[in-house]
Amino acid sequence: MTAGIIAGILVRGFPKLIKANEHLTMWAIYALLFVMGLEIGTNNEILSSLHTLGVKALIIAIAGVLGSVITAYFTYRIFFKNKNNAE
Amino acid sequence: MLLPHILPIVSSLKTRTMRSSLTILAFFALGVIVGKFHFIPLEYVPENLSHYTLYALMFIVGIGIGSDSHALKALRKINFKILLIPLTTIVGTALGMVIVSFLLKGISLKETMAVGAGYGYYSLSSIIIKEMHSEWLGVIALLANVIREIVTLVLAPIFAFYFGKIAPICSGGATSMDTTLPIIVQSSGKEYAIPSLIHGIVLTILVPFIVTFFLSI
Repeated sequence: MTAGIIAGILVRGFPKLIKANEHLTMWAIYALLFVMGLEIGTNNEILSSLHTLGVKALIIAIAGVLGSVITAYFTYRIFFKNKNNAE
Repeated sequence: MLLPHILPIVSSLKTRTMRSSLTILAFFALGVIVGKFHFIPLEYVPENLSHYTLYALMFIVGIGIGSDSHALKALRKINFKILLIPLTTIVGTALGMVIVSFLLKGISLKETMAVGAGYGYYSLSSIIIKEMHSEWLGVIALLANVIREIVTLVLAPIFAFYFGKIAPICSGGATSMDTTLPIIVQSSGKEYAIPSLIHGIVLTILVPFIVTFFLSI
């Protein structure tokens, strides 16, 4: 990724290249997710436990969000509320 | 006053990262179906295909960040107070993951930590987790981080009301710079657009490092 950032700074003067890179990123992500799905589709063990994985994912997502907003409540009360705006 | 400066940043980041949840899930589902019913001869799929595609993806994501002068300019606006917001997200998510690792059986603290450290950036985090750890955890990471984005999109106004104005930003995680930015600005106010953007950029850059860290300990 660091190599990519340096390459990105070098190509900054070429908007066409940057535009091409945006499309490339999009399609690389699609391709990767497709390949991931492909590997899971051929893996019966994963396939049969997809619903349990889904329930775990839901619980993890809710825990992450709740942990974040509760911590955010304290950060907001201590550092942001009644003070100048965030900038 | 800052809004004209924000809009081009938002639009450029949006096209670059393209975290359109439904499209991504559609490609994933398509892959599952094709794999399940053997629509294509899988003997011709190289074993480490996703591994090398990941390297390529990391490289092009890097190019995207480096070539985006708007994103780099936004990073210069960082100050101590703004950095408290991504720090809050990291600490808060970690706390949630500690609790959830006790509640869920068959998944360790290190594993929930790695999934949580996707901070909503499901495309990259799920692939890293799948490559470094296992397919089942990769699937959990994909679903958990997609759900995080959707929950934020739906509940941002409620979070802003009950937990204060930075709560929707922290809930959105890495998505606070693109897909969830509009609802965050609507819920918390325009003055939180720049902090939200910076929060998203900082977390997006940190995701590969933190996920890798938790998986390698």
